[in-house]
Amino acid sequence: MINDPTSIAQTIRCDHCQLSVPSGLIEPDEPHQFCCHGCKSVWNVLHGAGLDGYYAVRKSVDPNPQRTSATGDSYEELDDPAFQETCVENLPGGQAQTELLLEGMHCAACVWLIERLPSVVDGVVESRANIRRRTTVVCYQPDKVKLSDIARGLDRLGYAAHPARGAAAREARIKEDRKFLIRVGVAGAIAGNIMIMAIALYGGALEGISPTWETTFRWYSMGLGVLALVWPGRVFFIGAIAALRTRTAHLDIPIALALGVGGLWGSFNTITGKGEIYFDSLAILVFLLLVGRWVQHRQQRAASDHVELMLTLTPSNATRVNEDGSTTRVPIESIEEGMVVQVEAGGSIPADGILETGHTNIDTSFITGESRPVPVHAGDEVVAGATNLSSPIRLRVSAVGESTRVGKLMQLVASASADKAPIVRFADRIAVIFVFTVITLALITFAYWTWSSGVRTGIEYATALLIVTCPCALGLATPMAMSIAMGRAAKSGVLVKSAAAIESLARPGTMILDKTGTITQGQMSVVEHNCSNEMLKCAAIIEQTSNHPIARAITDSVDLSESQSTASDINQTIGAGISGYVDDDYIEIGSPTYINSNHQIDEATNTEIKKMIEQSLSPVVLYTKEHGFGVLGIGDPIRDDAAQSIQILNDQRWDIHLCSGDHPAIARAVASQVGIMKVQGSVSPEGKAEFVKAMRAQSSSQSKHRVIMVGDGVNDAAALACADVGIAVQGGAEASLEAADIYLMTQGVYPLITLCSLAKHTMRTIHVSLIFSIGYNTIAAALAMTGVINALIAAILMPISSLTVVALSSRKWKGPRKCQSFSS
Amino acid sequence: MSVIFIMIPGALILAAIGVLAFVLAAKRGQFDDLDTPAIRAIFDDDDLNPPVKTATDAQPEE
Repeated sequence: MINDPTSIAQTIRCDHCQLSVPSGLIEPDEPHQFCCHGCKSVWNVLHGAGLDGYYAVRKSVDPNPQRTSATGDSYEELDDPAFQETCVENLPGGQAQTELLLEGMHCAACVWLIERLPSVVDGVVESRANIRRRTTVVCYQPDKVKLSDIARGLDRLGYAAHPARGAAAREARIKEDRKFLIRVGVAGAIAGNIMIMAIALYGGALEGISPTWETTFRWYSMGLGVLALVWPGRVFFIGAIAALRTRTAHLDIPIALALGVGGLWGSFNTITGKGEIYFDSLAILVFLLLVGRWVQHRQQRAASDHVELMLTLTPSNATRVNEDGSTTRVPIESIEEGMVVQVEAGGSIPADGILETGHTNIDTSFITGESRPVPVHAGDEVVAGATNLSSPIRLRVSAVGESTRVGKLMQLVASASADKAPIVRFADRIAVIFVFTVITLALITFAYWTWSSGVRTGIEYATALLIVTCPCALGLATPMAMSIAMGRAAKSGVLVKSAAAIESLARPGTMILDKTGTITQGQMSVVEHNCSNEMLKCAAIIEQTSNHPIARAITDSVDLSESQSTASDINQTIGAGISGYVDDDYIEIGSPTYINSNHQIDEATNTEIKKMIEQSLSPVVLYTKEHGFGVLGIGDPIRDDAAQSIQILNDQRWDIHLCSGDHPAIARAVASQVGIMKVQGSVSPEGKAEFVKAMRAQSSSQSKHRVIMVGDGVNDAAALACADVGIAVQGGAEASLEAADIYLMTQGVYPLITLCSLAKHTMRTIHVSLIFSIGYNTIAAALAMTGVINALIAAILMPISSLTVVALSSRKWKGPRKCQSFSS
Repeated sequence: MSVIFIMIPGALILAAIGVLAFVLAAKRGQFDDLDTPAIRAIFDDDDLNPPVKTATDAQPEE
């Protein structure tokens, strides 16, 4: 409506959102003009509460106006006691507190407005927004105001509110984050103070220093150094011990070795008053390594927060039918066996059950991978998680929560995630070689110098070797490069939850793709039509009156916004077809048998129908007196970028499989269209997980060969969890989001190419950093073995090597080489 | 020069106070959200209640 050229209201702007007001909505007598009802109600709320300052604030921070969209939900389910027990925290003094995730919070003006909530809703004590997480913590008086009132208040302001689930887990994570930060801060403070001592000592070594001072500074260094090792540096020892226990390689082992030996020998030298102390280098080492890990940790947290937000946006309530026939909205958790629930058209089915009344089509593609809608009638079973497509239904609940089909799949996901062997990361693989080389060299050094100049010199040089070869650069380079890669991925719409996933994508391996919703769009639409546009338009006008999924596919294929025609005399035969008049033209639409029963279908049309069936499309025949027959092919269209993306992946020597729960014929048809050779159809969700496991077992013989699973539905979740890397595509189900390591936020499968290119680039960066740090280490090791090195050279070499790798890790990435224009 | 015997412990105690303050601040969640407080600070409390009519009527044309 905004772009309507006939609108004369170019200069009249909405008092709330500043977009132009459509001509039809201008009220000449009113002092204030609004473009829509939503804006009007928000303006009224703000004006009534004396919050007109919002407009001044917004003008200064956000030049792009946005239309408001209140959902008008009742939020009744928030008042349910079972829900309140899990999500609301009771504070002393009769107040309560809860965290709400808000849709649409995006700028400073939003923060301003949300924090003024107490003046909009009575009984709210405080509202504190967090713009990064898009949440607000609301503190309120439960005896004065209900939580649903607060949610409605926020909704009226244009921010749809969702309760944040999993409060306990979040609490634990916040604590972990704080501990991490404290470690970094403390390590930094200690390192800084040790440097002061170290400068005095190095100065003294060059210029001369009295023994009293030297001893004093050495003891202070030891005190601070030991503190750095046992407080923030403890994590490396804990990590190394854990790795040794499970007999896995980990970069913590060489780090802990250097820290431990350096610390012990330094303390020994301090006490005996002879030889080098290394505490300055050790403290800097601890600090730099912790900084690197913290940066990566923050980046990963940002990605998982974002995924969590999307999880919360999935509906968590159901409509219960009470005994007197009235309905109540309740949270999904309070649904019990034997209850009757109502599901509106377009709603998702909350629990397994038997259909009581109504007949409809349900979309079970998330659970079974079946792309075609399934018709169900009273007495049929429906499963939780399916979407009700056509008309309202009531069902008697037969299973809830973990005993539903989806619940059982979720248990499979949980067990698969627990069993999954962690990927041995590149840095950790290197660590093994590192440990052996360094220990061998240290032993040689020790043996040679003990033989030639005594035990003390032997230990001295061996310790120096261990410290200067500590894989600091590598320990810093990997997390830096990874966090930069994750940041870049997030910018191009890919959320990466674990750094190990990026490493696995750097080399081609096996990629298993789901069909429905991944390669295809997961929605019925008109893929082919063999009739005039005129006829298609008439069909769309007739089908507008029907809620059948095929009818909707036909309606959506045509732009009807300009059409003036009206449909009349509609006659619908369930499961067969529909007929009626568009203006004065009679048209029939339906299955070939339905049309054939009224009119003899001619030969040409029959061939056309056969062709459609061969392509696994559902044929729909149109008939008008004027134009004769026409055929539409309805199916789940392949995403525009699928064929090209798979071509690129094939060129990069990925081994690509298609694994679908849909009918084998459909799976094969889709596979041949996008160029996948290896196809499996009718695979159950458990079967998919088994298939992934089998592929992993097969490929584990060839090392570094990874199995990547790409999918969207609940039926893929277990397979996503089993794979080395699980990638969920846009629009995926909640379960798959949780199971996947990577989530594509943009449409289509092309982001996979971007991701692979980014992964390759990142690994190359890490390799270059490794070469540099090995170069430094070789020089340092040679110096240490020959006994030339002293603590000062070690203290200078180490930060230089670290700085080099940090600078290297921000190397520019030019995006995927081929088809750069394609993604934009 | 023997003043250093007092200066170093003094300096370290100051540093320890700083570290303690940082640890307490982190534990109380001062660093949990680094984005919103920056935004919050740019609004004066005067923005709260500007004269109602001028704020709404003086919307400039874009």
